[in-house]
Amino acid sequence: MSPLQLAWSTLLRNLRGGQLGVLLGALIVAVAALTSVGFFTDRVAKAVDREANVILAADLRLRATQDPGSLYLEQARAQGLTTAQAVTFPSVVVSGDASQLAAIHAVTSNYPLRGELRIAERLFGAESTRRDGPPPGEAWADPELLARLGLDTGVDLDVGTTTLRVTGVLQYRPDQAIGFVGLAPDLLINIGDLAATGLVQPGSRITWSLLFAGPVQAIDKFAAGLKDQLKPGQRLQTIGDSGEQIRSAIERAQSFLSLAALIAVLLAATAVAVAARRYAQTQVDGVALMKCLGASQGYVLRATLWELLLLGLAAGVVGSLLGFFAQAGIAWFVIDLIDGGLPAPGISPLFSGVITALAVLTGFALPSMLALRTVPPLRVLRHDAAPRPVSTLVSYLTAVGVVVALLVWLVGAGRLLLISVVGLSLGAALLSGAGWLLVLGLRPLRNAGGAAFRYGLANIARRRGESVAQIVAFGFGLAVLLLLSVIRTDLLDTWRTNLPADAPNHFIINVQPSEVAGVRAVFERNGLTPPDLAPLVRARITAVNGVAAQDVSATGEGRQLLRREANLTWADRLDPSNTLTAGEFWDPGTSRLEVSVEDDAARDMGLQLGDQLEFGVAGQTFAATVTSTRQVRWDSFRPNFYLLLTEAALREAPATFISGVYIPDANRQVLLELVRAFPTVSVIDLQSVLAQVRGVMDRAALAVQFVFLFTLLAGIVVLLATIQATREERRYEAAMLRTLGASRGLVFKGVLAEFVGLGALAGILATLVAMLMAYLLATDVFQLDYRPATWLWIGGPLLGTLLVGIAGVLATSKVVSHPPVAVLRAH
Amino acid sequence: MSKNTGPILKAIRLTKKVSSPEGELTILDNVSLEVPRGQTLAVVGSSGAGKSTLLALLAGLDEPTTGEVWLGESELTALDEDGRAALRNRQVGFVFQSFHLLPALTALENVLLPLELAGEADARGKAIETLRQVGLEARMSHYPRQLSGGEKQRVAIARAYVGAPQLLFADEPTGNLDRRTGEKIIELLFRLNAGTGTTLMLVTHDTNIAQRCQRRVGIEGGRLVLDETSAAA
Ligand SMILES: Nc1ncnc2c1ncn2[C@@H]1O[C@H](COP(=O)(O)OP(=O)(O)OP(=O)(O)O)[C@@H](O)[C@H]1O
Ligand SMILES: [Mg+2]
Repeated sequence: MSPLQLAWSTLLRNLRGGQLGVLLGALIVAVAALTSVGFFTDRVAKAVDREANVILAADLRLRATQDPGSLYLEQARAQGLTTAQAVTFPSVVVSGDASQLAAIHAVTSNYPLRGELRIAERLFGAESTRRDGPPPGEAWADPELLARLGLDTGVDLDVGTTTLRVTGVLQYRPDQAIGFVGLAPDLLINIGDLAATGLVQPGSRITWSLLFAGPVQAIDKFAAGLKDQLKPGQRLQTIGDSGEQIRSAIERAQSFLSLAALIAVLLAATAVAVAARRYAQTQVDGVALMKCLGASQGYVLRATLWELLLLGLAAGVVGSLLGFFAQAGIAWFVIDLIDGGLPAPGISPLFSGVITALAVLTGFALPSMLALRTVPPLRVLRHDAAPRPVSTLVSYLTAVGVVVALLVWLVGAGRLLLISVVGLSLGAALLSGAGWLLVLGLRPLRNAGGAAFRYGLANIARRRGESVAQIVAFGFGLAVLLLLSVIRTDLLDTWRTNLPADAPNHFIINVQPSEVAGVRAVFERNGLTPPDLAPLVRARITAVNGVAAQDVSATGEGRQLLRREANLTWADRLDPSNTLTAGEFWDPGTSRLEVSVEDDAARDMGLQLGDQLEFGVAGQTFAATVTSTRQVRWDSFRPNFYLLLTEAALREAPATFISGVYIPDANRQVLLELVRAFPTVSVIDLQSVLAQVRGVMDRAALAVQFVFLFTLLAGIVVLLATIQATREERRYEAAMLRTLGASRGLVFKGVLAEFVGLGALAGILATLVAMLMAYLLATDVFQLDYRPATWLWIGGPLLGTLLVGIAGVLATSKVVSHPPVAVLRAH
Repeated sequence: MSKNTGPILKAIRLTKKVSSPEGELTILDNVSLEVPRGQTLAVVGSSGAGKSTLLALLAGLDEPTTGEVWLGESELTALDEDGRAALRNRQVGFVFQSFHLLPALTALENVLLPLELAGEADARGKAIETLRQVGLEARMSHYPRQLSGGEKQRVAIARAYVGAPQLLFADEPTGNLDRRTGEKIIELLFRLNAGTGTTLMLVTHDTNIAQRCQRRVGIEGGRLVLDETSAAA
């Protein structure tokens, strides 16, 4: 029999006999958790990315106050990009004797390039999604426009000198966050009808938008080329401009999901370790016999490796399939929440599923299984002849190595990795230490209580090693369950409510220096607090400490700042959403040229305090010294900047001003007044941006709840594995005790006392660990102030006692009811 | 009947010491023994006397502290674990008190095991034939848990004989069986032995069984205290 054949028949037999159930189950849970999250996060990330671009209705958008002509469009098409156009202006539309100011959007029929329109046939009718604009001769109207006109679809509208038939209700367009939103309701028409309206006249206030879409690299290349050709009044819009908040939200969501996934995997891996140790024990006699009959160590080794490989393959495939169906299920759940649905998943998770299974087996099952090769053949005659015990150091090192590898794979080698590793090690150390303390602390208790109580405690003390292992495993499982509950409820709530109710809901941009006082005056006239306006200067970083910017190596955001045009501002004070992390902020009115850099950007560019940044603004260059770094709360929805300079540095530079303002719904006429008074000023409605951010958060929460299911499953598998590991021993003991005259109830109570004791302690420890990790996560990853809820203090230990108690009862009811004679004879 | 070659088994001053909480313990003390080919030999002695220890050393399942074991022309004590395993595979069969069948394998597969480990041709035919000899041809595809104790032991005997070993060790083969079944098993062992000319070394507490062997060796406290050969042999 080849080692492979032996491995195969051993596996099949043990599967049928139930010895492999827990091990295989744990593996499948690990694989399913990871692959489902892999499938799902991948799809969500794709959808979120797509949605981020949806805000522009394109990947790149050029906004112009004069007709930009067709040159850019031709260039784009020559580079393989798809293009669309939108021309936007306010105009009064008329129907019969009703008239209303509308924001006319004349679009090419392939608008939008990204995202979808939602169109209803009539007011309050059923919606359908469209990826093309209205055909010539037709118009789609905002429900508000129709309502104000007192009309429904099917009527004719006079737009300038032409008449269009209203054939649809425009419920949603992807780029409604930018432009004139909130000023006048939209009317979407075909760009072919534009000339006939006669509304495009020199001097009328019109915005031309060119929309571009294509592969990321092509877009980047095209944008870079375009930038150098831009004429006054032309501006490029990328998601980077308006989407800093969204990107921040996405990054958090991703960290969050990865964390949930790896927790489930680690839990399941714990179960795999316990189950594998036990499985190896059940194989010892067989291996001894094989060796007695002439099998070599190499033969046993090969058979063992085959067994693991087959097991890994089976679990990988089955788990991946399960993961696939699970994510398809959850995707079906959230599909309504996501515009355009989720992109289809690839099949690569099947591959990573098998890798996961093999990795977990290598880290957590291989050491115990490898020990089988050292089983002495003497065991066929002397039952106490045992294999060489696995070196604890070796098995821990393998496990830690695999865990770190999995972590790097899942969350990358970042801060989250460090926190996870520290948290896990600390938790394991804490739990092990406390486990030993419990066993020691039991001594004085051994004289108290009844016989059952003493028997239970004696069991914990006698199986010292196992007890500690159980406490660690139970405690770890519980800690993870608790932590996830904390994250899902407390942490997420804190995070969500952290966005204040009066957070700015509009951005005002493009305010000329001469208009600042006037803009403030409009607010004052309407009884609102006049907003502070921050200057915005477009500039390039040309050199860092004398080294040309393009030669400076940098990552992430820093790269963007060094390679592209950056937004600069100046200020005398720090905005409340900023916290200084190093250096000192300058005194108001200083004449020195200094710059304060956002933390991540400083790190990405490798900047230190005292470094010299050289800027190029409108043909002039100057150098400023880095004197401080700041942390920025991007989701404060206030205008924030990576680079903040002294006024002295930028006083001469051409600037426009921007502001984030909170305008209550009742005061929206301010915006109308504002735009009328200052036609070049643009207003961005953050409400819809915010709504999308909230949508992303909700989606993340849903996905995590789904992952939480797997963690729960993994926790159950851990419980099963640890209980199964001592089941035979317990069965024999119970039989012995009953033979010696103990009642069934006494034996039962004894085991219960043991499990309740173990569970209570595991619960207390789990609570502590969960709180510690929640605190670390809250402050370091989510940047929140976090105070643990009281339910945790009570719920943790209670849950531990209950869970372990119930599991103990379930597992021992069989043990106690087993006829003692059968047990003793079989032994 | 025996061939004109040397003894099949030779033990020279075997000593086994183990460390225990009370210090070093000598569980086999300077035992020397020669077994001619084809002999049936019973090892007797009280519980804890060292019978199983001697068997383990003679079969190369364990290493003596000092002394040598020769199996035919090969010095067992000079080989490593894998070397001893290979030798056992070709020349030695075992029957144990607690059967030691692999629960994952059917009766036939259990019997096949030593042949397959040896990479033997026509393993299946031989295994089926041997199972027929022990009267279990109808139970070939049954798993151990579906067999009675006596049947399990018959499978174990088939497994022991299937490779036509020169030497067969049996450690209390009837210890887990009732008297009647035990007698049948002993009958079977002796019948097969007579047919193959295998050397049989049998550990037993049963004096009747011991009397059926050509030679009896007694062990007490790890020392050889008796060595008698029946005149009848
Ligand atoms: N590895 C070991 N460590 C400690 N003591 C051992 C070891 N091996 C054997 N012994 C002891 O040596 C003595 C002989 O054991 P052995 O199993 O050979 O006895 P036995 O004659 O086969 O007894 P039984 O008839 O009960 O099977 C016993 O007291 C046993 O406890
Ligand atoms: Mg013995």
